[in-house]
Amino acid sequence: MSPDPFPLGPPPYPLGAPLARREGREKVTGTARYAAEHTPPGCAYAWPVAATVARGRITAVDAAGALALPGVCAVLTHENAPRLAVADDPTLSLLQDDRVPHRGWYVALAVADSLETARAAAEAVRVSYATEEHDVLLTAGHPGLYEAEIANGGYPGTRERGDFEGEFAAAPVTVDATYIVPPLHNHPMEPHASTAHWSDGRLTVHDSSQGATKVCEDLAALFSLDTSRVTVVSEHVGGGFGSKGTPRPQVVLAAMAARHTGRPVKLSLPRREMAAVVGHRAPTVQRVRLGAGDDGVLTALAHEIATHTSTVKEFVEQAAVPARMMYTSPNSRTVHRVVPLDVPTPSWMRAPGEAPGMYALESAVDELAVLLDVDPVELRLRNEPDTEPDSDRAFSSRHLIGCLREGAKRFGWLPRDPRPGVRREGDLLLGTGVAAATYPVYVAPSSAEAQAAADGSYRVRVNATDIGTGARTVLAQIAAAALTVPEERVHIEIGNSDLPPAMLAGGSMGTASWGWAVHKACMALRAQLRHHDGPLPAGGLTAVADTRQEAAERSPYARHAFGATFAEVQADTVSGEVRLRRLLGVYAAGRILNSRTARSQFIGGMTMGLGMALMEGSRLDPAFGDFAECDLASYHVPVCADVPQIEAHWLDEEDPHLNPMGSKGIGEIGIVGTAAAVANAFRHATGIRLRDLPLSADKVLPRLRARQEGTG
Amino acid sequence: MKPFGYLRATSVEEAVRAAAGRPGARFLGGGTNLVDLMKLGVEAPPLLIDVTRLPLADIEELPDGGLRIGAMVRNSDLAAAVAVRERYPVLSQALLAGASGQLRNTATTGGNLLQRTRCLYFQDTTKPCNKRSPGTGCPARDGVHRDLAVLGHSAHCVATQPSDLAVALAALDAEVQLHGPDGERTVAVTDFHRLPGDRPEQDTVIRPGELLTAVRLPPAAPGARSRYRKARDRASFAFALASVAAVLEVRDGVVGRAALAFGGLAHRPWRARAAEEVLHGAPATEDTFARAADAELAAARPLRDNAFKVELARNLAVSVLTGLASPAADR
Repeated sequence: MSPDPFPLGPPPYPLGAPLARREGREKVTGTARYAAEHTPPGCAYAWPVAATVARGRITAVDAAGALALPGVCAVLTHENAPRLAVADDPTLSLLQDDRVPHRGWYVALAVADSLETARAAAEAVRVSYATEEHDVLLTAGHPGLYEAEIANGGYPGTRERGDFEGEFAAAPVTVDATYIVPPLHNHPMEPHASTAHWSDGRLTVHDSSQGATKVCEDLAALFSLDTSRVTVVSEHVGGGFGSKGTPRPQVVLAAMAARHTGRPVKLSLPRREMAAVVGHRAPTVQRVRLGAGDDGVLTALAHEIATHTSTVKEFVEQAAVPARMMYTSPNSRTVHRVVPLDVPTPSWMRAPGEAPGMYALESAVDELAVLLDVDPVELRLRNEPDTEPDSDRAFSSRHLIGCLREGAKRFGWLPRDPRPGVRREGDLLLGTGVAAATYPVYVAPSSAEAQAAADGSYRVRVNATDIGTGARTVLAQIAAAALTVPEERVHIEIGNSDLPPAMLAGGSMGTASWGWAVHKACMALRAQLRHHDGPLPAGGLTAVADTRQEAAERSPYARHAFGATFAEVQADTVSGEVRLRRLLGVYAAGRILNSRTARSQFIGGMTMGLGMALMEGSRLDPAFGDFAECDLASYHVPVCADVPQIEAHWLDEEDPHLNPMGSKGIGEIGIVGTAAAVANAFRHATGIRLRDLPLSADKVLPRLRARQEGTG
Repeated sequence: MKPFGYLRATSVEEAVRAAAGRPGARFLGGGTNLVDLMKLGVEAPPLLIDVTRLPLADIEELPDGGLRIGAMVRNSDLAAAVAVRERYPVLSQALLAGASGQLRNTATTGGNLLQRTRCLYFQDTTKPCNKRSPGTGCPARDGVHRDLAVLGHSAHCVATQPSDLAVALAALDAEVQLHGPDGERTVAVTDFHRLPGDRPEQDTVIRPGELLTAVRLPPAAPGARSRYRKARDRASFAFALASVAAVLEVRDGVVGRAALAFGGLAHRPWRARAAEEVLHGAPATEDTFARAADAELAAARPLRDNAFKVELARNLAVSVLTGLASPAADR
């Protein structure tokens, strides 16, 4: 046996241990400072002005009333704002022209001595528009739909294998169903905020971001600076769920306002405006067709989605992508169609593609199980592929079956009467459901520096971001294990673009990407230390590493994490209220590096999936063109009472084809599969297949009645 | 910055006098709705008169066996009061079904009754709304209105009154005491909130400068049982899709006293008099309860997307009344 390429270090082994977050004390005592909590001397405050029309052009901006208010420094508009270089991301091309692509697009920015004055000034700005007809409603047959070439993540929009139509027509058992997911919103607890200031031609910003390196690069490009003249600090970040994965308007506007006024400027986006400017999960209409033999083995699989994007840029939620690798499917067709509407620009929200796509696919698999009268766990076992269907590559590891079996055992899945509508407690109908989960393994180049100090401590520097996940702590564990020193002796510096550049916290690849670079730097440092005689020099010893080469290598293996989610729900036949009773997930995601923070990631994702199933969703208001539910009073997310029992478990999965830690990402897989498990449990409870999320009383109640009357 | 005055009143008279002298002034209780509306720009009072220090925070026994609840009694305290839990369970249940623990600790009895609609258009100052800006129109009627009214709405407004407390008080025949520049008066809770008609900007019959000082509960009907049930989008911390408050007395299988009120359906808590007429003296059976609910809800005029509320309200009423009529099987 070859030696472990990544020794655990001396006991107590740091890797996998449930260490508490390093910054936990600062966070709970309020001393951890977030982006809007930095106030440089002379700081001014900004408040944005959002367009109140859904489409058109600005014909005039009257800022006189705003500028007349005492304490107002400036009102930036497209007429006077600093010119920006052409942005790679056109959503950052702010105050550059008179176009209004959607309601809520920023058309001006007021800057003042105080937050209150800035807000009053923003309200006093008079903007006139020439409005144009707008269209914000996605329909499956929208005439503007076209086949997307590339879906998010760089995936081809369309893939075909074999002869789907022929095999589907010939299949003895078929499912043909359409599922609808409404627009969903990230709504992190901390709104998007920035504090920016310029000094001697250098720009420094504190930004609530998932990746300061990316923000630094984009700001440098927009303001035509070298990246060495821009520092972005994202020390503590109160969640992002993808919406802070790319730079957002607040950081560009704050930097513009600071340049324009010559003062530091702080801008925190109002909660009610976030839905329009920080991305959202685009709605999807998803048609899934399954053809199977009488044995339940799939012979034909089609997943075709329709979704929207904005007129600002194309973003295509890759919801049909997981169907390409999930199950045996010799004849397969996966298509993404998209229509640009006058809507805010969609973007990443926790598990883009997988979260909505696996809701539809795993619901359809459940429908097939019902048709065949086969247990849904068993049906999935029968469709386990030997290699990744889309590429024919071997899986580096695939323990879906293990997750399903372990989950079934822990949940008490069997014995299970498959008949719906027979488990009653008074007015309540009870049911159980299962769904599979998956998420790809990504890795991106990162760099890190490790230093051994003369006093026996170590310092590791890497521009990772801790968005509440525990990244700081996990990286210390990785460094300590690589250095074979106690974790307390390792200092970690993250969250600053002056540190060695690294991947953003997204795509469930943060820990793998940063950890790989940290590991490499620490191993190099260890080698230096081995060859060093005598006391360390005053400046210590330093090693740097980057993983450009490792990350660029294409793995010969198909690499994905897998999981299985089990849910029990109750449906109230009187009120139509559907509530969770318990939720259990089992995941196979390589080596788990910190069992405490990992559990939080899993149950957090599962809870978000529960929200998607039962209550989350917004509506685009056809008359006004905006999302009607734009605050946390109207956009419901689960509260504690909605989650009476939740468990996350994992298999000890060893996969030597990943990275030195042997880890897969865990930030997103929890949300994947959960909505389907809940919807499948609802079907088991009631016999009603409701293919339109969320499962809210307004939809459930009429269906319950129809079923009672024998028409459903 | 929108400057506003702040006055901490030390007596009811002082508060009322200050309000009378400053049109647009608002009384500040827990602030859980008013302060939000000020942040949204929906409310911009020139003067806030803080009434939380007034001696209105007591729950008193009345000689007739009823209760007098001071307007400044916090929702949590009222829900936990032994007299309320024992004699008016519907009231305690309604309070506990509202908001969150933190909000209930702050929200006052008077403020709860005077809270304003959560209609999304009312709260968005960039859009028309007859309630906020009379004469501008009602986009909710053809817009996003799943949560809005099915009973008693008008061409001008389809908003709902969101208070849970008000629904229970309506079923309990409670009265509110108002103290104004011209002295005191008492109004039945069922007459306190208005239907929108052509003046949706007026939520209640309260007059300018009047302060709600107390709620009076009549003695609990001996032998009657009461219950509140609320349906909502999540298990806690959401406004009612529909709710029911019921007080029911059954003797020898026949309905004696019955009081029923719906929440979440209209611009005011909806006391179901037509249903009660069916109930009085009728056999306490599920069939009676269904007929009673239907009699009341025949008047419903649902909007495009909220017809489910009629069925929901009917189901809740039948279920609650059936439970109250059969103590052993109550759940």
